[in-house]
Amino acid sequence: MRIYIFRRLLVAMPSLLIASLIVFTLPRLIPGDVVQLMLEEKAYGKDLEDLRAKLGLNRPIHVQYFDWLGSVVRGQLGESLWTRQPVLTELTRRLPVTITLGIFATFVAIAIGMPIGVLAATRQDGALDFFARSAAILGLSIPGFVLAILVTLLPAIWWGWTPPRFVAFAKDPAGHLAQFVLPAIILGVASAAGIMRLTRGMLLEVLRQDYVRTAAAKGLRGRVVVLKHALKNALIPVVTVLGLQVAGIAGGAVIIEWIFGIPGMGQFLVDAIVQRDYPVIQGINLVIVTIIVLTNLSVDLLYAVLDPRIRY
Amino acid sequence: MTNSVQTLPAPASQALPPAWRVPAMARVVLSFARRKPLGAIGGVIVLGLLIMAVFAGQIAPHSYEQSVPGNRMKPPSAKFWMGTDNLSRDVWSRVVYGARISITVGFATVALATVVATAVGVSSAYLGGAYDIAVQRVVDAWISFPALVVILSLMAALGPGLPNLILALSILGAAGASRVIRGATLSVISSPYVEGGRAIGAGHLRIVLLYVLPNVLGTIFILATIGLGQVILAESALSFLGFGIPPPFPSWGAMLSGSGRSFMYHAPWMALFPGAAISLAVFGFNMLGDALRDVLDPRLRGAGRPTAMM
Repeated sequence: MRIYIFRRLLVAMPSLLIASLIVFTLPRLIPGDVVQLMLEEKAYGKDLEDLRAKLGLNRPIHVQYFDWLGSVVRGQLGESLWTRQPVLTELTRRLPVTITLGIFATFVAIAIGMPIGVLAATRQDGALDFFARSAAILGLSIPGFVLAILVTLLPAIWWGWTPPRFVAFAKDPAGHLAQFVLPAIILGVASAAGIMRLTRGMLLEVLRQDYVRTAAAKGLRGRVVVLKHALKNALIPVVTVLGLQVAGIAGGAVIIEWIFGIPGMGQFLVDAIVQRDYPVIQGINLVIVTIIVLTNLSVDLLYAVLDPRIRY
Repeated sequence: MTNSVQTLPAPASQALPPAWRVPAMARVVLSFARRKPLGAIGGVIVLGLLIMAVFAGQIAPHSYEQSVPGNRMKPPSAKFWMGTDNLSRDVWSRVVYGARISITVGFATVALATVVATAVGVSSAYLGGAYDIAVQRVVDAWISFPALVVILSLMAALGPGLPNLILALSILGAAGASRVIRGATLSVISSPYVEGGRAIGAGHLRIVLLYVLPNVLGTIFILATIGLGQVILAESALSFLGFGIPPPFPSWGAMLSGSGRSFMYHAPWMALFPGAAISLAVFGFNMLGDALRDVLDPRLRGAGRPTAMM
């Protein structure tokens, strides 16, 4: 098991390296570089060169890349070109916010998607099944940002209610967590719909297997058959998709944070892209990719828990 | 009498009219609609969008950027079906022209992405070896990013605008699709008829074009249909964030954001109708794509990227 984890991390290395290269070069392709933005149009050629030299942006790009890579290995992500704040400090402040949102959203996806998927499968073609499938199609079709706009717009018109301003955890822990509920539901609904459909589909397939009939024939209660015998075997693809959804939720968080004014990584990233703040863009992307690689690893490890035949 | 059986030639006027037969094409459509009613509804929505996109100039009562003086933020009425916005523009006209943008971006992106994905996927599977490994690691890196993050960085690099948007979206779409096409190609080239082709001395080009491509075409077609809905969704999300199509062009996503957002509290129709248009379009393409996939190739179920990009 430990060897497997080690090997997996080793295999992830080339992908991470290529990703870091993409992360590094992409923002540098942005026309109109950061130095010009900083000095606006007032600057003369000499000033531009000076500032570029000061920020270390006049060096050849591969030198900059290896320099950056070296500092990443040492646990440094450089500092923002604009605020001169270390990227790592800012990230440690914002990452927990986005992760809280992500965990809430994943929880919503599982808490809504799985039970309804199970119920729909056990009552195939019944009213609940039909209703759940229609709702899932609806949930998959309405984009998160449209839903978020409607949710912030309509209550404001009808009852004069607007989402509260962001409060920090230290100030009001309960209020801090409560403000994630609505964005998390919006973010999680699309994933919930996908998970519901997959749970239903897989469970339907498993419920037709011989061992399920055997379990029922030896007199086990329906709930035990479905939840212990069938569901566990239907879950592997569901867990896979849940892992893939993490990437989707990370992307979706960018928009949802933007709409609700939540100071997480999403807003940080959009601002950084607009300002061409290379170290910040690189730092955020690197963190996101690392999270996704780790998620994929934990998904593979979860397989072994769900299916004892799988050993690492 | 030597002639035993004689059939009288029927007078031309009494000839039975040929039985009315549903043309073959229509029969296929009808049986599809019966088997996949949701897919058929999706097809109707897609058809409606296509008509709106092509005949936007005829359907829309106003141009998308034309202000109608004295009609600022009017609620929906007989004259303005979907009301007017904060710049006195007819929302219905803008939604109609928005279909043109969504459809253009959707089809152009999917076309470009499909060509790239096919080239990459087929070559990667056919050539194999070091080339395959190198290409697949790059694809890995691409698809391990959240789609939105990649696309935001790409759009920032390329700058807003229609051609850049199409380019950025298709690069992203191609990476995921090439993986599926590679898989399909791998299974095709291991089949006996490809070996047969090689045995009769067919060159690489001939094998790829005449033996491999026709057999992965079904997969490619399905991927493209499923991709359309995702691309339209991505376009509206990007335009919503201000990285897509710049104003005054009426992208549905852009209509939900920007300067209009503060006015929506007084004129909610400015948000409701474009939002509904996006949802309806995504619904239509998803349903049509799902149904086509089920009918054409049930093996591909769940092969597409997870739809929850936004």
